[in-house]
Amino acid sequence: MIEILSTGLPNTVQDEGRPGYLDAGVSLCGAMDRPALLAANALLNNKPSSAVIEVALFPFRLRFQAEMSFAVTGAVAPATLDGVPLPPWWTGHAKAGQELRIDPPARGARVVVAFAGGIDVPLVLGSRATDAKGGFGGLNGRGLKRGDRLAVGDAPAMRAREFGTVPDWLHEDWQVLRVLPAAEFDAFDADSLDRFFGEEWTVSADANRQGYRLDGGRLVRTTPRELFSHGIVPGTVQVPASGMPIIQLADANTCGGYPKIATVIEADLWKLAQAPVGAKLRFQEVTRAEGIAALRAQRDGLVRLREAVTLARR
Amino acid sequence: MISDATSPMTPVASFRLSMSGPGALLLDVAGETFSEDLQDRVHGLARAMLGVEGVSEAVPGMNNLLVVFDPLLVEPERVEDALLEKWPCIEPDPLAGQTVDVAVRYGGADGPDLEELAAHAGMSVAEVIERHTAATYRVAAVGAMPGFVYLSGLDPLLARPRRANPRGTVPQGAVMIGGAQAGIMPVTAPSGWHILGMTDLKLFDPKREPPATFRPGDRIRFVTESVQA
Repeated sequence: MIEILSTGLPNTVQDEGRPGYLDAGVSLCGAMDRPALLAANALLNNKPSSAVIEVALFPFRLRFQAEMSFAVTGAVAPATLDGVPLPPWWTGHAKAGQELRIDPPARGARVVVAFAGGIDVPLVLGSRATDAKGGFGGLNGRGLKRGDRLAVGDAPAMRAREFGTVPDWLHEDWQVLRVLPAAEFDAFDADSLDRFFGEEWTVSADANRQGYRLDGGRLVRTTPRELFSHGIVPGTVQVPASGMPIIQLADANTCGGYPKIATVIEADLWKLAQAPVGAKLRFQEVTRAEGIAALRAQRDGLVRLREAVTLARR
Repeated sequence: MISDATSPMTPVASFRLSMSGPGALLLDVAGETFSEDLQDRVHGLARAMLGVEGVSEAVPGMNNLLVVFDPLLVEPERVEDALLEKWPCIEPDPLAGQTVDVAVRYGGADGPDLEELAAHAGMSVAEVIERHTAATYRVAAVGAMPGFVYLSGLDPLLARPRRANPRGTVPQGAVMIGGAQAGIMPVTAPSGWHILGMTDLKLFDPKREPPATFRPGDRIRFVTESVQA
Protein backbone atom coordinates (compact mmCIF):
# COMPACT_ATOMS: atom_id res chain seq x y z
CA MET A 1 0.00 0.00 0.00
CA ILE A 2 1.12 3.54 -0.73
CA GLU A 3 -0.42 6.80 0.45
CA ILE A 4 -0.48 9.96 -1.67
CA LEU A 5 0.71 13.01 0.31
CA SER A 6 0.88 15.76 -2.38
CA THR A 7 -0.55 15.61 -5.86
CA GLY A 8 -2.89 17.19 -8.40
CA LEU A 9 -5.65 15.73 -10.57
CA PRO A 10 -3.41 15.53 -13.70
CA ASN A 11 -1.57 12.72 -11.88
CA THR A 12 -3.22 9.43 -12.76
CA VAL A 13 -2.88 5.66 -12.63
CA GLN A 14 -1.86 4.45 -16.11
CA ASP A 15 -0.71 1.32 -17.87
CA GLU A 16 -0.25 0.29 -21.52
CA GLY A 17 -3.78 1.54 -22.25
CA ARG A 18 -7.10 0.10 -23.33
CA PRO A 19 -6.91 -1.10 -26.95
CA GLY A 20 -9.71 -3.12 -28.53
CA TYR A 21 -12.62 -0.75 -27.95
CA LEU A 22 -11.93 2.02 -30.46
CA ASP A 23 -15.14 1.03 -32.30
CA ALA A 24 -17.09 1.65 -29.08
CA GLY A 25 -15.53 5.11 -28.76
CA VAL A 26 -13.21 4.16 -25.90
CA SER A 27 -9.93 6.10 -26.05
CA LEU A 28 -6.64 4.23 -25.81
CA CYS A 29 -5.44 6.19 -22.74
CA GLY A 30 -2.35 4.64 -21.08
CA ALA A 31 0.96 6.26 -20.19
CA MET A 32 1.80 9.25 -22.41
CA ASP A 33 5.48 8.21 -22.26
CA ARG A 34 5.03 4.55 -23.12
CA PRO A 35 8.72 3.60 -23.32
CA ALA A 36 9.21 5.16 -19.85
CA LEU A 37 6.36 2.98 -18.55
CA LEU A 38 7.81 -0.13 -20.17
CA ALA A 39 11.31 0.69 -18.90
CA ALA A 40 10.07 1.29 -15.32
CA ASN A 41 8.26 -2.05 -15.35
CA ALA A 42 11.33 -3.73 -16.86
CA LEU A 43 13.55 -2.31 -14.07
CA LEU A 44 11.22 -3.99 -11.55
CA ASN A 45 10.72 -7.28 -13.43
CA ASN A 46 7.02 -6.33 -13.59
CA LYS A 47 4.77 -7.35 -16.43
CA PRO A 48 4.87 -4.71 -19.20
CA SER A 49 1.21 -4.00 -18.50
CA SER A 50 1.65 -3.30 -14.76
CA ALA A 51 0.01 -0.06 -13.66
CA VAL A 52 2.07 2.95 -12.57
CA ILE A 53 1.50 6.54 -11.51
CA GLU A 54 2.00 9.15 -14.23
CA VAL A 55 3.03 12.42 -12.56
CA ALA A 56 2.44 15.65 -14.49
CA LEU A 57 1.93 18.02 -11.56
CA PHE A 58 4.65 18.65 -8.99
CA PRO A 59 5.71 18.42 -6.21
CA PHE A 60 4.44 14.88 -5.89
CA ARG A 61 4.89 13.07 -2.57
CA LEU A 62 3.92 9.61 -1.43
CA ARG A 63 4.58 7.43 1.62
CA PHE A 64 5.37 3.73 1.41
CA GLN A 65 3.25 1.83 3.90
CA ALA A 66 5.14 -1.39 3.25
CA GLU A 67 8.65 -2.30 2.15
CA MET A 68 8.86 -2.43 -1.64
CA SER A 69 11.00 -1.81 -4.70
CA PHE A 70 10.08 1.12 -6.94
CA ALA A 71 11.34 2.80 -10.11
CA VAL A 72 11.26 6.39 -11.36
CA THR A 73 11.57 7.08 -15.12
CA GLY A 74 10.36 9.59 -17.70
CA ALA A 75 11.17 13.27 -17.20
CA VAL A 76 14.48 14.15 -15.55
CA ALA A 77 13.22 15.44 -12.19
CA PRO A 78 14.76 15.80 -8.73
CA ALA A 79 13.58 12.78 -6.73
CA THR A 80 14.40 12.00 -3.10
CA LEU A 81 13.71 9.10 -0.75
CA ASP A 82 13.54 10.53 2.77
CA GLY A 83 15.60 13.47 1.52
CA VAL A 84 18.31 11.37 -0.12
CA PRO A 85 18.57 12.22 -3.84
CA LEU A 86 17.98 9.47 -6.41
CA PRO A 87 19.52 9.52 -9.91
CA PRO A 88 17.10 9.73 -12.86
CA TRP A 89 15.81 6.49 -14.43
CA TRP A 90 16.55 4.68 -11.19
CA THR A 91 15.12 1.77 -9.25
CA GLY A 92 15.39 1.76 -5.47
CA HIS A 93 14.08 -0.01 -2.43
CA ALA A 94 11.96 1.70 0.22
CA LYS A 95 11.15 0.67 3.76
CA ALA A 96 7.71 1.11 5.27
CA GLY A 97 7.19 4.72 6.33
CA GLN A 98 9.70 6.25 3.90
CA GLU A 99 8.64 9.20 1.74
CA LEU A 100 9.29 9.61 -1.99
CA ARG A 101 9.27 13.19 -3.24
CA ILE A 102 9.47 14.37 -6.86
CA ASP A 103 9.95 18.03 -7.75
CA PRO A 104 9.31 19.79 -11.09
CA PRO A 105 11.44 18.31 -13.89
CA ALA A 106 14.62 19.94 -15.07
CA ARG A 107 13.93 18.33 -18.44
CA GLY A 108 10.66 16.87 -19.64
CA ALA A 109 7.14 17.04 -18.25
CA ARG A 110 5.94 13.64 -17.03
CA VAL A 111 7.48 11.24 -14.52
CA VAL A 112 6.56 7.57 -14.27
CA VAL A 113 6.60 6.06 -10.77
CA ALA A 114 6.31 2.27 -10.77
CA PHE A 115 6.13 -0.26 -7.93
CA ALA A 116 7.19 -3.91 -7.86
CA GLY A 117 3.97 -5.84 -8.40
CA GLY A 118 2.19 -2.88 -10.01
CA ILE A 119 -0.67 -0.75 -8.71
CA ASP A 120 -3.63 -2.97 -7.96
CA VAL A 121 -6.79 -1.23 -9.12
CA PRO A 122 -9.62 -3.12 -10.85
CA LEU A 123 -9.32 -3.95 -14.54
CA VAL A 124 -11.98 -2.09 -16.53
CA LEU A 125 -12.38 -3.28 -20.13
CA GLY A 126 -9.05 -5.04 -19.81
CA SER A 127 -6.96 -2.13 -18.51
CA ARG A 128 -6.13 -0.25 -15.30
CA ALA A 129 -5.54 3.05 -17.15
CA THR A 130 -7.51 6.08 -15.99
CA ASP A 131 -10.02 7.30 -18.58
CA ALA A 132 -10.77 10.71 -17.06
CA LYS A 133 -13.17 11.68 -19.86
CA GLY A 134 -15.16 8.46 -19.51
CA GLY A 135 -14.83 8.53 -15.72
CA PHE A 136 -13.63 4.94 -15.35
CA GLY A 137 -10.41 2.99 -14.87
CA GLY A 138 -7.52 3.91 -12.59
CA LEU A 139 -8.66 5.00 -9.13
CA ASN A 140 -12.42 5.59 -9.49
CA GLY A 141 -11.95 7.07 -12.96
CA ARG A 142 -10.24 10.21 -11.71
CA GLY A 143 -6.87 11.79 -10.99
CA LEU A 144 -5.13 11.26 -7.66
CA LYS A 145 -5.97 13.29 -4.55
CA ARG A 146 -4.07 13.81 -1.32
CA GLY A 147 -4.91 11.00 1.11
CA ASP A 148 -5.62 8.42 -1.63
CA ARG A 149 -4.28 4.96 -0.82
CA LEU A 150 -3.31 2.58 -3.58
CA ALA A 151 -2.81 -1.15 -3.16
CA VAL A 152 0.24 -2.69 -4.79
CA GLY A 153 0.19 -6.22 -6.20
CA ASP A 154 2.42 -9.09 -5.17
CA ALA A 155 6.00 -8.37 -6.22
CA PRO A 156 7.88 -10.78 -8.46
CA ALA A 157 10.51 -12.74 -6.52
CA MET A 158 13.81 -10.89 -7.04
CA ARG A 159 16.77 -9.39 -5.22
CA ALA A 160 16.29 -5.85 -3.94
CA ARG A 161 18.90 -3.82 -5.82
CA GLU A 162 19.54 -0.18 -6.62
CA PHE A 163 20.55 0.65 -10.18
CA GLY A 164 19.61 2.76 -13.16
CA THR A 165 19.58 2.89 -16.94
CA VAL A 166 19.96 5.42 -19.73
CA PRO A 167 18.01 4.15 -22.79
CA ASP A 168 19.36 5.00 -26.24
CA TRP A 169 16.30 6.96 -27.30
CA LEU A 170 16.92 9.59 -24.60
CA HIS A 171 19.96 10.67 -26.64
CA GLU A 172 17.74 11.67 -29.58
CA ASP A 173 16.73 15.29 -30.13
CA TRP A 174 13.66 15.72 -27.91
CA GLN A 175 12.43 18.59 -30.10
CA VAL A 176 12.26 16.73 -33.39
CA LEU A 177 9.05 14.86 -34.14
CA ARG A 178 9.26 12.47 -37.05
CA VAL A 179 6.03 12.33 -39.04
CA LEU A 180 4.39 10.54 -41.94
CA PRO A 181 2.10 12.49 -44.27
CA ALA A 182 -1.58 11.93 -43.50
CA ALA A 183 -4.76 11.96 -45.60
CA GLU A 184 -5.02 15.71 -46.31
CA PHE A 185 -1.26 16.42 -46.55
CA ASP A 186 -1.49 17.27 -50.26
CA ALA A 187 -4.42 19.62 -49.70
CA PHE A 188 -2.17 22.20 -47.98
CA ASP A 189 -0.49 24.87 -50.08
CA ALA A 190 3.28 24.82 -50.64
CA ASP A 191 3.91 27.72 -48.24
CA SER A 192 2.03 25.92 -45.49
CA LEU A 193 4.01 22.73 -46.00
CA ASP A 194 7.26 24.75 -45.94
CA ARG A 195 6.18 26.34 -42.67
CA PHE A 196 5.04 23.04 -41.20
CA PHE A 197 8.49 21.50 -41.68
CA GLY A 198 10.60 24.66 -41.53
CA GLU A 199 9.35 26.53 -38.51
CA GLU A 200 9.44 25.95 -34.80
CA TRP A 201 6.12 25.19 -33.15
CA THR A 202 5.40 26.02 -29.54
CA VAL A 203 3.31 23.91 -27.17
CA SER A 204 0.49 26.25 -26.11
CA ALA A 205 -1.14 26.35 -22.67
CA ASP A 206 -3.98 24.33 -24.23
CA ALA A 207 -2.14 21.03 -23.76
CA ASN A 208 -3.22 17.96 -21.86
CA ARG A 209 -3.49 14.19 -22.25
CA GLN A 210 -6.16 14.61 -24.94
CA GLY A 211 -3.97 16.71 -27.18
CA TYR A 212 -1.71 19.73 -27.62
CA ARG A 213 -2.61 22.88 -29.51
CA LEU A 214 0.50 24.37 -31.12
CA ASP A 215 1.33 28.03 -31.66
CA GLY A 216 3.19 29.08 -34.79
CA GLY A 217 2.38 29.88 -38.39
CA ARG A 218 -1.04 29.36 -39.91
CA LEU A 219 -1.56 26.37 -42.21
CA VAL A 220 -3.86 26.86 -45.18
CA ARG A 221 -5.58 24.28 -47.34
CA THR A 222 -5.94 24.98 -51.05
CA THR A 223 -8.86 22.61 -51.45
CA PRO A 224 -11.12 22.81 -48.43
CA ARG A 225 -13.39 19.80 -48.27
CA GLU A 226 -15.77 19.01 -45.41
CA LEU A 227 -14.78 15.66 -43.98
CA PHE A 228 -17.03 13.07 -42.46
CA SER A 229 -16.09 11.81 -39.01
CA HIS A 230 -13.33 9.22 -39.15
CA GLY A 231 -11.16 7.20 -36.78
CA ILE A 232 -7.93 8.80 -35.56
CA VAL A 233 -4.87 7.56 -33.68
CA PRO A 234 -2.60 9.23 -31.08
CA GLY A 235 -0.05 11.35 -32.94
CA THR A 236 -2.52 12.64 -35.53
CA VAL A 237 -1.75 16.28 -36.40
CA GLN A 238 -5.06 17.95 -37.22
CA VAL A 239 -5.51 21.41 -38.71
CA PRO A 240 -8.88 23.00 -37.91
CA ALA A 241 -10.16 26.09 -39.73
CA SER A 242 -8.05 28.35 -37.48
CA GLY A 243 -4.95 26.94 -39.22
CA MET A 244 -3.28 26.17 -35.88
CA PRO A 245 -2.33 22.49 -35.57
CA ILE A 246 -3.56 20.18 -32.80
CA ILE A 247 -1.72 16.93 -32.02
CA GLN A 248 -4.09 14.27 -30.72
CA LEU A 249 -2.64 12.17 -27.88
CA ALA A 250 -3.36 9.25 -25.52
CA ASP A 251 -6.79 10.40 -24.29
CA ALA A 252 -7.87 11.72 -27.71
CA ASN A 253 -11.35 11.08 -29.02
CA THR A 254 -11.40 7.95 -31.17
CA CYS A 255 -12.98 9.83 -34.10
CA GLY A 256 -12.49 13.33 -35.42
CA GLY A 257 -13.56 15.51 -38.31
CA TYR A 258 -10.66 17.90 -38.89
CA PRO A 259 -8.21 17.62 -41.80
CA LYS A 260 -5.02 15.71 -40.97
CA ILE A 261 -1.69 16.98 -42.26
CA ALA A 262 0.57 14.33 -40.70
CA THR A 263 0.96 11.69 -37.98
CA VAL A 264 3.79 11.65 -35.45
CA ILE A 265 5.38 8.20 -35.49
CA GLU A 266 4.68 6.02 -32.44
CA ALA A 267 8.40 5.92 -31.53
CA ASP A 268 8.36 9.72 -31.00
CA LEU A 269 5.13 10.10 -29.02
CA TRP A 270 7.17 10.04 -25.78
CA LYS A 271 8.78 13.33 -26.87
CA LEU A 272 5.34 14.95 -26.80
CA ALA A 273 4.70 13.44 -23.36
CA GLN A 274 7.88 15.18 -22.26
CA ALA A 275 7.19 18.55 -23.97
CA PRO A 276 5.95 21.04 -21.36
CA VAL A 277 3.93 24.17 -22.19
CA GLY A 278 6.25 26.52 -24.08
CA ALA A 279 8.44 23.75 -25.48
CA LYS A 280 9.65 24.25 -29.07
CA LEU A 281 9.04 21.43 -31.52
CA ARG A 282 9.93 20.69 -35.13
CA PHE A 283 8.42 18.26 -37.60
CA GLN A 284 10.57 16.07 -39.83
CA GLU A 285 9.17 13.92 -42.61
CA VAL A 286 10.30 10.29 -42.66
CA THR A 287 9.27 7.21 -44.61
CA ARG A 288 7.03 4.54 -43.16
CA ALA A 289 10.00 2.14 -43.14
CA GLU A 290 11.98 4.64 -41.06
CA GLY A 291 9.05 5.01 -38.66
CA ILE A 292 8.86 1.26 -38.20
CA ALA A 293 12.65 0.95 -37.79
CA ALA A 294 12.56 3.58 -35.03
CA LEU A 295 9.83 1.65 -33.22
CA ARG A 296 11.76 -1.61 -33.59
CA ALA A 297 14.94 -0.01 -32.21
CA GLN A 298 13.01 1.27 -29.19
CA ARG A 299 11.39 -2.10 -28.50
CA ASP A 300 14.77 -3.86 -28.92
CA GLY A 301 16.24 -1.45 -26.37
CA LEU A 302 13.53 -2.42 -23.92
CA VAL A 303 14.19 -6.13 -24.51
CA ARG A 304 17.91 -5.57 -23.77
CA LEU A 305 16.97 -3.63 -20.63
CA ARG A 306 14.84 -6.53 -19.41
CA GLU A 307 17.72 -8.96 -20.02
CA ALA A 308 20.15 -6.73 -18.10
CA VAL A 309 17.71 -6.38 -15.20
CA THR A 310 17.23 -10.15 -14.99
CA LEU A 311 21.01 -10.54 -14.59
CA ALA A 312 21.28 -7.70 -12.08
CA ARG A 313 18.49 -9.03 -9.91
CA ARG A 314 19.60 -12.67 -10.00
CA MET B 1 -25.25 -12.63 -52.11
CA ILE B 2 -22.87 -13.47 -54.91
CA SER B 3 -22.41 -10.81 -57.51
CA ASP B 4 -23.10 -11.88 -61.09
CA ALA B 5 -24.31 -10.41 -64.32
CA THR B 6 -27.97 -10.59 -63.32
CA SER B 7 -27.46 -8.99 -59.88
CA PRO B 8 -24.94 -6.23 -60.47
CA MET B 9 -23.47 -4.74 -57.32
CA THR B 10 -23.75 -1.02 -56.80
CA PRO B 11 -20.68 0.51 -58.41
CA VAL B 12 -18.03 1.28 -55.83
CA ALA B 13 -17.26 4.97 -55.78
CA SER B 14 -13.70 6.24 -55.83
CA PHE B 15 -11.74 5.85 -52.64
CA ARG B 16 -8.66 7.29 -50.99
CA LEU B 17 -6.18 5.23 -48.98
CA SER B 18 -3.84 7.08 -46.62
CA MET B 19 -1.46 6.38 -43.75
CA SER B 20 -2.33 7.22 -40.16
CA GLY B 21 1.21 6.72 -38.94
CA PRO B 22 3.20 3.50 -39.46
CA GLY B 23 0.58 1.27 -37.78
CA ALA B 24 -2.76 2.42 -39.20
CA LEU B 25 -4.46 3.00 -42.55
CA LEU B 26 -7.52 5.06 -43.39
CA LEU B 27 -9.72 4.02 -46.29
CA ASP B 28 -12.05 6.88 -47.20
CA VAL B 29 -14.80 5.94 -49.65
CA ALA B 30 -17.00 9.00 -49.06
CA GLY B 31 -18.50 10.93 -51.94
CA GLU B 32 -20.15 14.33 -51.67
CA THR B 33 -22.95 13.01 -49.49
CA PHE B 34 -23.21 10.21 -46.97
CA SER B 35 -24.22 6.87 -48.52
CA GLU B 36 -26.06 4.18 -46.52
CA ASP B 37 -25.07 1.61 -49.12
CA LEU B 38 -21.37 2.43 -48.85
CA GLN B 39 -21.72 2.36 -45.06
CA ASP B 40 -23.09 -1.21 -45.18
CA ARG B 41 -20.01 -2.13 -47.19
CA VAL B 42 -17.75 -0.33 -44.68
CA HIS B 43 -19.21 -2.50 -41.92
CA GLY B 44 -18.65 -5.61 -44.03
CA LEU B 45 -15.06 -4.54 -44.70
CA ALA B 46 -14.47 -3.86 -40.98
CA ARG B 47 -15.53 -7.41 -40.16
CA ALA B 48 -13.37 -8.86 -42.95
CA MET B 49 -10.29 -6.83 -41.96
CA LEU B 50 -10.42 -8.09 -38.36
CA GLY B 51 -9.59 -11.50 -39.83
CA VAL B 52 -6.36 -10.23 -41.42
CA GLU B 53 -3.20 -11.25 -39.55
CA GLY B 54 -1.77 -8.47 -37.37
CA VAL B 55 -4.89 -6.28 -37.57
CA SER B 56 -6.03 -5.33 -34.05
CA GLU B 57 -8.84 -2.84 -34.66
CA ALA B 58 -11.17 -1.84 -37.48
CA VAL B 59 -12.97 1.41 -36.71
CA PRO B 60 -15.86 2.35 -39.01
CA GLY B 61 -16.34 6.08 -39.47
CA MET B 62 -18.89 7.79 -41.73
CA ASN B 63 -18.14 6.18 -45.11
CA ASN B 64 -14.58 5.43 -44.07
CA LEU B 65 -12.64 2.80 -42.16
CA LEU B 66 -9.56 3.08 -39.94
CA VAL B 67 -7.57 -0.14 -39.64
CA VAL B 68 -5.01 -0.43 -36.83
CA PHE B 69 -2.23 -3.04 -36.85
CA ASP B 70 1.15 -3.75 -35.30
CA PRO B 71 3.69 -2.83 -38.00
CA LEU B 72 6.27 -5.03 -36.25
CA LEU B 73 4.03 -8.07 -36.71
CA VAL B 74 2.67 -7.45 -40.21
CA GLU B 75 4.04 -5.45 -43.14
CA PRO B 76 1.78 -2.44 -43.77
CA GLU B 77 1.82 -3.28 -47.48
CA ARG B 78 0.04 -6.55 -46.68
CA VAL B 79 -2.74 -4.71 -44.85
CA GLU B 80 -2.97 -2.27 -47.78
CA ASP B 81 -3.23 -5.13 -50.24
CA ALA B 82 -5.96 -6.76 -48.14
CA LEU B 83 -7.94 -3.49 -48.05
CA LEU B 84 -7.63 -2.87 -51.78
CA GLU B 85 -8.42 -6.48 -52.61
CA LYS B 86 -11.46 -6.78 -50.35
CA TRP B 87 -13.08 -3.35 -50.82
CA PRO B 88 -14.30 -3.65 -54.44
CA CYS B 89 -15.98 -7.01 -53.85
CA ILE B 90 -17.06 -6.74 -50.22
CA GLU B 91 -20.58 -7.88 -49.39
CA PRO B 92 -22.73 -5.24 -47.74
CA ASP B 93 -23.29 -6.13 -44.09
CA PRO B 94 -26.60 -4.45 -43.30
CA LEU B 95 -26.30 -5.45 -39.60
CA ALA B 96 -29.99 -5.94 -38.97
CA GLY B 97 -29.73 -4.32 -35.55
CA GLN B 98 -32.30 -3.17 -33.02
CA THR B 99 -34.68 -0.23 -33.27
CA VAL B 100 -34.86 1.93 -30.14
CA ASP B 101 -37.15 4.86 -29.30
CA VAL B 102 -35.29 7.65 -27.53
CA ALA B 103 -37.45 10.04 -25.47
CA VAL B 104 -36.33 13.69 -25.74
CA ARG B 105 -37.12 16.78 -23.69
CA TYR B 106 -36.85 19.49 -26.34
CA GLY B 107 -35.98 23.15 -25.81
CA GLY B 108 -35.63 25.35 -22.77
CA ALA B 109 -32.54 24.78 -20.65
CA ASP B 110 -32.38 21.22 -22.05
CA GLY B 111 -32.12 22.45 -25.64
CA PRO B 112 -30.33 25.81 -25.69
CA ASP B 113 -29.76 25.80 -29.47
CA LEU B 114 -33.25 24.75 -30.57
CA GLU B 115 -34.60 28.24 -31.28
CA GLU B 116 -31.46 29.41 -33.05
CA LEU B 117 -31.41 26.27 -35.19
CA ALA B 118 -35.08 26.83 -36.10
CA ALA B 119 -34.43 30.47 -37.03
CA HIS B 120 -31.43 29.46 -39.12
CA ALA B 121 -33.49 26.81 -40.92
CA GLY B 122 -36.30 29.32 -41.47
CA MET B 123 -38.95 27.26 -39.71
CA SER B 124 -40.79 27.14 -36.41
CA VAL B 125 -39.51 25.24 -33.37
CA ALA B 126 -42.50 22.92 -33.74
CA GLU B 127 -41.52 22.10 -37.30
CA VAL B 128 -37.92 21.37 -36.27
CA ILE B 129 -39.18 18.92 -33.65
CA GLU B 130 -41.61 17.40 -36.15
CA ARG B 131 -38.85 16.83 -38.69
CA HIS B 132 -36.41 15.61 -36.02
CA THR B 133 -38.89 13.00 -34.73
CA ALA B 134 -40.17 11.98 -38.17
CA ALA B 135 -36.91 10.40 -39.31
CA THR B 136 -35.57 6.95 -38.52
CA TYR B 137 -31.86 7.28 -37.86
CA ARG B 138 -29.19 4.70 -38.45
CA VAL B 139 -26.18 4.28 -36.15
CA ALA B 140 -23.50 4.72 -38.80
CA ALA B 141 -20.60 4.57 -36.36
CA VAL B 142 -19.85 4.55 -32.65
CA GLY B 143 -16.92 6.65 -31.62
CA ALA B 144 -15.29 9.92 -30.65
CA MET B 145 -16.37 9.46 -27.05
CA PRO B 146 -17.27 6.24 -25.21
CA GLY B 147 -20.56 5.09 -26.75
CA PHE B 148 -21.17 8.20 -28.88
CA VAL B 149 -23.43 7.44 -31.85
CA TYR B 150 -23.02 9.07 -35.25
CA LEU B 151 -26.52 8.98 -36.69
CA SER B 152 -27.32 9.19 -40.38
CA GLY B 153 -30.79 9.96 -41.66
CA LEU B 154 -31.11 13.57 -40.48
CA ASP B 155 -33.57 15.70 -42.46
CA PRO B 156 -31.23 17.78 -44.68
CA LEU B 157 -33.20 20.93 -43.79
CA LEU B 158 -32.00 20.53 -40.18
CA ALA B 159 -28.32 20.25 -41.10
CA ARG B 160 -26.16 23.01 -39.68
CA PRO B 161 -22.34 23.35 -39.54
CA ARG B 162 -20.78 22.87 -36.09
CA ARG B 163 -20.47 25.90 -33.83
CA ALA B 164 -17.43 28.09 -34.51
CA ASN B 165 -16.59 27.88 -30.80
CA PRO B 166 -17.19 24.46 -29.22
CA ARG B 167 -18.75 24.46 -25.74
CA GLY B 168 -16.34 23.45 -22.98
CA THR B 169 -18.91 21.12 -21.44
CA VAL B 170 -22.00 19.55 -22.94
CA PRO B 171 -23.97 17.33 -20.54
CA GLN B 172 -24.48 13.58 -20.86
CA GLY B 173 -27.77 12.92 -22.65
CA ALA B 174 -27.67 16.01 -24.93
CA VAL B 175 -29.46 15.33 -28.24
CA MET B 176 -27.52 17.18 -30.93
CA ILE B 177 -26.98 18.08 -34.57
CA GLY B 178 -23.53 18.57 -36.10
CA GLY B 179 -23.36 19.18 -39.83
CA ALA B 180 -25.52 16.57 -41.54
CA GLN B 181 -25.24 14.19 -38.58
CA ALA B 182 -27.31 13.69 -35.47
CA GLY B 183 -25.91 12.44 -32.16
CA ILE B 184 -26.38 11.91 -28.44
CA MET B 185 -23.77 12.76 -25.76
CA PRO B 186 -22.80 9.60 -23.85
CA VAL B 187 -20.67 11.47 -21.28
CA THR B 188 -20.29 15.09 -20.23
CA ALA B 189 -17.57 16.51 -22.48
CA PRO B 190 -16.74 19.41 -24.83
CA SER B 191 -18.64 19.53 -28.14
CA GLY B 192 -19.25 21.90 -31.01
CA TRP B 193 -22.62 20.40 -31.95
CA HIS B 194 -25.99 22.15 -31.55
CA ILE B 195 -28.12 21.00 -28.62
CA LEU B 196 -31.84 20.43 -29.28
CA GLY B 197 -32.82 18.62 -26.08
CA MET B 198 -31.97 15.99 -23.50
CA THR B 199 -32.59 12.27 -23.00
CA ASP B 200 -32.16 10.09 -19.91
CA LEU B 201 -31.01 7.11 -21.97
CA LYS B 202 -27.54 5.91 -20.93
CA LEU B 203 -25.32 5.15 -23.93
CA PHE B 204 -22.28 3.70 -22.21
CA ASP B 205 -21.45 1.59 -19.17
CA PRO B 206 -17.86 0.36 -18.74
CA LYS B 207 -19.08 -2.46 -16.48
CA ARG B 208 -21.02 -3.98 -19.40
CA GLU B 209 -19.65 -6.09 -22.22
CA PRO B 210 -20.03 -4.67 -24.75
CA PRO B 211 -19.87 -1.30 -22.99
CA ALA B 212 -21.71 0.70 -25.67
CA THR B 213 -25.55 0.59 -25.83
CA PHE B 214 -25.68 0.87 -29.60
CA ARG B 215 -23.85 -0.92 -32.35
CA PRO B 216 -23.38 0.28 -35.91
CA GLY B 217 -26.48 -0.63 -37.89
CA ASP B 218 -28.94 -0.07 -35.03
CA ARG B 219 -31.86 2.30 -35.68
CA ILE B 220 -33.04 5.14 -33.47
CA ARG B 221 -36.27 7.13 -33.46
CA PHE B 222 -36.58 10.25 -31.36
CA VAL B 223 -39.94 10.70 -29.61
CA THR B 224 -41.13 13.85 -27.87
CA GLU B 225 -41.23 13.58 -24.09
CA SER B 226 -41.80 17.31 -23.58
CA VAL B 227 -41.28 20.68 -25.27
CA GLN B 228 -40.23 23.82 -23.42
CA ALA B 229 -40.27 27.30 -24.85
